[in-house]
Amino acid sequence: MDISFVILVEMLYAVASLVLISAGLAVVFGMMKVINLAHGEFMMMGGYATITAVGLGVNVFVAMLIIAPIVVGLIGLVVERLVIRHLYGRLIDTMLATWGLSLVFIGLATMIFGNTTTGISTPITGFAVGGYQVSGYNFFIIVVAVLLVIAMIAVLKGTRAGLIARGTMQRSDMAAALGYSPDRIYMATFFCGSALSGLAGAILAPLVGLVPSSGGAYIAEAFITVIAGGPSLIAGLVSSATTFGVVNQVFTFAISPVIGEVALLIAAVILLRAMPQGITSRFFRGRL
Amino acid sequence: MGSSATREVVLILIVSALLIAGMPLLIGTYTLTVLVIYGMLGLSLGLIWGFGGILCFGQAAFFGLGAYTYAISAVNIGESTLPMILAVLVTAGFAALLGAMMFYGRLGDVYLGVITLVVTLILFKFMNSTAGPQYVIGDARLGGFNGIPGFQTLNVPGDPGAYIWGDSLYYVCAVALAVVFLLVSWLLRSSFGRIAVGIRENETRMALMGYDVAARKTVLFSIGAAIAGLSGALFANWAEIVTPTLFSLGQSAEIIIWCIVGGLGTRLGPILGAAGLAYLKFMLGQQSAIDNTLIMGLVLVLFVLFLPGGLVPAVASLWAAGGRLRRRPVRRMRRPRHG
Amino acid sequence: MAETVLETAGLTMRFGGVTASDHVDFRLKSRELRCLIGPNGAGKSTFFKCVTGLLTPSEGHVFMRGEEVTGWLPHQIASLGVGIKTQTPNVLDSLSVHENIWLAARRFFDPAEARDRAHAMIERLALGPIARSELGQLAHGERQRVELGIVTVADPWLVLLDEPAAGMSAADVERMTGIIHDLTRSAAVVIVEHDMQFIRSIAETVTVFHQGAVLMEDHVDRVMTDETVRAVYLGKKA
Repeated sequence: MDISFVILVEMLYAVASLVLISAGLAVVFGMMKVINLAHGEFMMMGGYATITAVGLGVNVFVAMLIIAPIVVGLIGLVVERLVIRHLYGRLIDTMLATWGLSLVFIGLATMIFGNTTTGISTPITGFAVGGYQVSGYNFFIIVVAVLLVIAMIAVLKGTRAGLIARGTMQRSDMAAALGYSPDRIYMATFFCGSALSGLAGAILAPLVGLVPSSGGAYIAEAFITVIAGGPSLIAGLVSSATTFGVVNQVFTFAISPVIGEVALLIAAVILLRAMPQGITSRFFRGRL
Repeated sequence: MGSSATREVVLILIVSALLIAGMPLLIGTYTLTVLVIYGMLGLSLGLIWGFGGILCFGQAAFFGLGAYTYAISAVNIGESTLPMILAVLVTAGFAALLGAMMFYGRLGDVYLGVITLVVTLILFKFMNSTAGPQYVIGDARLGGFNGIPGFQTLNVPGDPGAYIWGDSLYYVCAVALAVVFLLVSWLLRSSFGRIAVGIRENETRMALMGYDVAARKTVLFSIGAAIAGLSGALFANWAEIVTPTLFSLGQSAEIIIWCIVGGLGTRLGPILGAAGLAYLKFMLGQQSAIDNTLIMGLVLVLFVLFLPGGLVPAVASLWAAGGRLRRRPVRRMRRPRHG
Repeated sequence: MAETVLETAGLTMRFGGVTASDHVDFRLKSRELRCLIGPNGAGKSTFFKCVTGLLTPSEGHVFMRGEEVTGWLPHQIASLGVGIKTQTPNVLDSLSVHENIWLAARRFFDPAEARDRAHAMIERLALGPIARSELGQLAHGERQRVELGIVTVADPWLVLLDEPAAGMSAADVERMTGIIHDLTRSAAVVIVEHDMQFIRSIAETVTVFHQGAVLMEDHVDRVMTDETVRAVYLGKKA
């Protein structure tokens, strides 16, 4: 009984962290059809922002939930103005340029923070379920992921900005024809996407030792979750995060964490081969 | 056309002979060897991306696979000739399977990127996790992140005691690069190469002409991988150790940067881009004021933004413009076709 | 009686709830020239794509020279000796006119023969002065002409053209009419077209599509004067 509870929590946690990791990339890809390969580095910078703020005496939750998203969002804004906006409509070039940016950020972080592991302790203590120790922080991540998805649905469905965003996602030319400047929409989208990446990096920071190259660990998983999700932003994000999270955990429990990760990647390859347009091109069509 | 092909071969032979003999006067052969190897690796991606339109985010996977195949079989066999051949064949075979899966699935560019990237990561993660003593292939321990050291390095075929190292290894690698360059040139002049360029331009049109696009892309992808595998095997001989970093994303990124900087759609661009940037990195490695990765990243961003065609085509078009300027009086005699 | 080179039986294509092509039975004889007409959305292009392998039909069968080719890929269909021109121009933009046509010929002939045929085709299409120019730099009409060369250089026995006259100048259209008439000496030709002027000038038998199905099939003069066809084109309920 205890073990099944633990496994359930671990599964939910795996899905939740995939949702967190991928949300920023999904927003940018869904809205702008831009793949930001510096996404992992945005997360890395979110982590460093949190650790620096905490080091300066800021409350850890304020640092994670407010400071990190804003800092990374602003960095994203600068990146969008300087680089991305010159490359709209050139998918491959954007991928290459953002890959270059990821290297730039790794280099900058190395120069500023040094190539050593830093970290903060998890702000929530664990507890025991029967004979097993469960991390309380994992629950926090699950809650944040659920709130994030709800917030995204609320914004997209309930606000004027969300309506414009949905319109742009479907027909950016029509949104432009109706007088909404795509330039400004893209700027705002990239800010939001970057802020989400910063948030994810901040929240995951206490769980991992942070090094400048940490971002590389996330980019592939985020990339495949978003691509495998397909055209619908939220339905795609949740369905592919669930698929991959469960696959990952099943193989982690059955064999080992490394095999779990390899299984996730192999599942991604098979899924893309079977459904090249993503899960939501076949299921949940027309949802958000 | 036959005579222009012959002239090109002669030109390639003369220039490579001069370079092979002359370069050691400028740069030490130890460094030069790895520049040549990277040049070959750059050419492998330059072939499939620049002429086949296949953007592979995981060319490092084939580089690493070639290196590991060589190391593992060299440990088991105890000489180097068969392992070199195996390194090329195993890599090509692996790429053929992977390519067939992707191209017959008619995946788009982005999906191709994801899958090649993911495959590289799988290999990287798997190799990193093989530290335990249970991960052995024959006599070779995979060794996890420590890699495989101490394998038999290149020897004169048939005589495992006669090692090829130092200056000799440089000459072997340089000649290998020249041979690969000649083969690539021949391939691009052949019908196969011209059809590959057609597929790069417009897959639908080529299919409507009756060409089996998936099969041809798979073959080209596999040829590119074979070249990457050969360069990986040579790299293993140069470094005398193979580690999982050969499969890293950073390595894949670098290969792409070489091609962009050197120039896609040229044979020379990726080679010069690889050798030039690797040498730049080597020089930068001796200072610590600015991080190396930062500069590489900056180079990639700036080239994508301002010179996406790369250096070699830019220089070539400048050269051609100069030529037109000199020949202009002759040209004026003819009436321009369009008013 | 002439051999049937192209036949469809009950060819149906559905996209979700929309039936774009509805049980189409179609027969084309050797060296026949047939025009497919119909208003926008009548299912001409869907039918065309199902025949050329660009789409796999939901139901029904396609036969070419008696062989079932349903579900074949475009390159397999083309390999039979079928020349195909799609609605949007499909050419190789950064290659020369000669290279474009040579590649099409090379699929069926050895390199030397392909070169000779490419030269002959370039002469016939009056593309000589621009044979070395890149396609990307050419005017629309010239590109269309090159594509016609690509489609016909390997002596196909069946030619399928989707809107070949779109965007062409009067002189280009006239030249193309001549080429198509030459073609019908050795090949059956199917033309999907909007341009009524053009159809009047070349067509004999015309098949009219409406709402995915064949509305009528008759000589061009009778089709043009038919009340139902007129109604369909003017958007009235037939």
